Amino acid sequence: MPAMPIAAALLLMQQAPPENVDWDEAFGVEEIAADPVTGELPVDPYVPDNANAGADPFASGKMAELFGGQEGIRAITDRLVAINLSDPRIAAIFESHDLVRLRRTLFEQFCYILNAGCDYTGRDMHASHAKLGIQKGDMNALVENLQMAMREAEVPFSAQNRFLAKLAPMSPDIIER
Amino acid sequence: MFRTLYPHRLIAALGLSLGLAPSPAMAERLDLFEGEKLVLTNAVSSIEGSSGGGLATWATIGGMGTEDGIGVTGHVTGIELSDFGWRSYGVAVGIANRLELSYARQSLDTRDVGTELGLGRGFTLDQDVFAAKLKLAGDLVYGDPLMPQIALGVQHKRNLDKQVVRAVGALEGNGTDITLSATKLFLSHSLLANATARLTKGNQSGLLGFGQNYPAGSRLDGDDYSLQFEGSLAYQLSRRLIVGAEYRTMPDDLPVARQDDWLDVFAAYVVDDNVTVTAAYVDLGSIATFDDQRGALLSAQLAF
Ligand code: HEM
Repeated sequence: MPAMPIAAALLLMQQAPPENVDWDEAFGVEEIAADPVTGELPVDPYVPDNANAGADPFASGKMAELFGGQEGIRAITDRLVAINLSDPRIAAIFESHDLVRLRRTLFEQFCYILNAGCDYTGRDMHASHAKLGIQKGDMNALVENLQMAMREAEVPFSAQNRFLAKLAPMSPDIIER
Repeated sequence: MFRTLYPHRLIAALGLSLGLAPSPAMAERLDLFEGEKLVLTNAVSSIEGSSGGGLATWATIGGMGTEDGIGVTGHVTGIELSDFGWRSYGVAVGIANRLELSYARQSLDTRDVGTELGLGRGFTLDQDVFAAKLKLAGDLVYGDPLMPQIALGVQHKRNLDKQVVRAVGALEGNGTDITLSATKLFLSHSLLANATARLTKGNQSGLLGFGQNYPAGSRLDGDDYSLQFEGSLAYQLSRRLIVGAEYRTMPDDLPVARQDDWLDVFAAYVVDDNVTVTAAYVDLGSIATFDDQRGALLSAQLAF
């Protein structure tokens, strides 16, 4: 049985791997480090602009008031992300995305559109949703979840619809097919 | 179970034959009864079986399926009028939120006035309505806030009491209506508006037949289409509740029996995601020489 001695010889001949090899670099894996302060992952460069929010803000501060100001809007956007993540219809689309960033940018966008005193620093709706493969049914699911979050926050129904009226025209940028 | 169908080729072919390019939104495959529409956006079932308000046909596509799904609805509607009882029941299939195929059976129970009309007490006039509706453009909820959903419909009606309707002066027992509808949910005002133009020869929507058999030598042609209008305006009070009013003009060409325009005031409530109940006050005016036919409409729709 000559196999055993040959295997042993091969083992002896093999060199121990050198220390401190960056295997990620060796295999071309880019290391993505979260920002130590915000916990957000970096994104491809883009030019921040309020126009990226995809809608003009309401002229008066009345809508912001009905949404409970920045605090109320924060609660609604956090709740929306939480509902989406527990919604079997669309949870898979959100998994593996930077939800820390999403919570921030979604809050900024809603706050900006509702004229509650924020600037939107995220990407535009087309760039944010490209390649996610979102369908009309997913959009409807998200709208239902947002309605639930707004209802829980006791936003009057007519104000919910006025806000949805700002979001509905964005659908061609969000829905893929 | 089979949950996936491939009828997109059929729809693409239909679209092409009407000179429309198949939209890129056309899905590769269609899911059956996934129920992905927002509640109320499939509308309720009109008495002609097509998705709409109580009396008017809208540009909406029945069933809860979206662009990548197939949905169905079934409905039962009863209208209690001063002298008549009106029933309709039917089914509709919505394919890819683009094509709707529907069937409805309408019945007008003449009750006591059947005797006076010489038909016999409780005589019932019946009619079948086979309809197809194709969405041409736009979206009820999304996209350009001023661009409505637009749909073209064909409603082929076959009266089952042809001898009777000829006896009251109708020319034909069968007829085909063409509808062109525009419907939009104006979210900024929670308002839903619909406008429909209808080409029809129907007397009382066909229950009294189609066209008019004018005496020989008359200068009137009883076989002309007339253009009628249906308008609906509704306010959405909550995700589940909408209240509104509809007006539907009717031709008035039958020499023996005047016809008035129809109107209704309705409330539709989504009881649970698949069940919508509509209650309405309706005024159908004069029917078969009996004036002031007002009453209540009650309709239940099951949708998947
Ligand atoms: C009108 C409706 C919608 C609005 C206003 C909206 C808004 C936003 C915003 C502000 C961002 C962050 C942009 C950034 O990071 O720079 C975002 C990202 C995202 N959205 Fe939406 N969205 C909508 C619909 C949807 C729908 C229907 C889905 C899926 C069901 C979805 C899934 C996502 C995902 C997964 C991300 C993260 C993308 C990434 O990490 O690259 N969104 N959306």
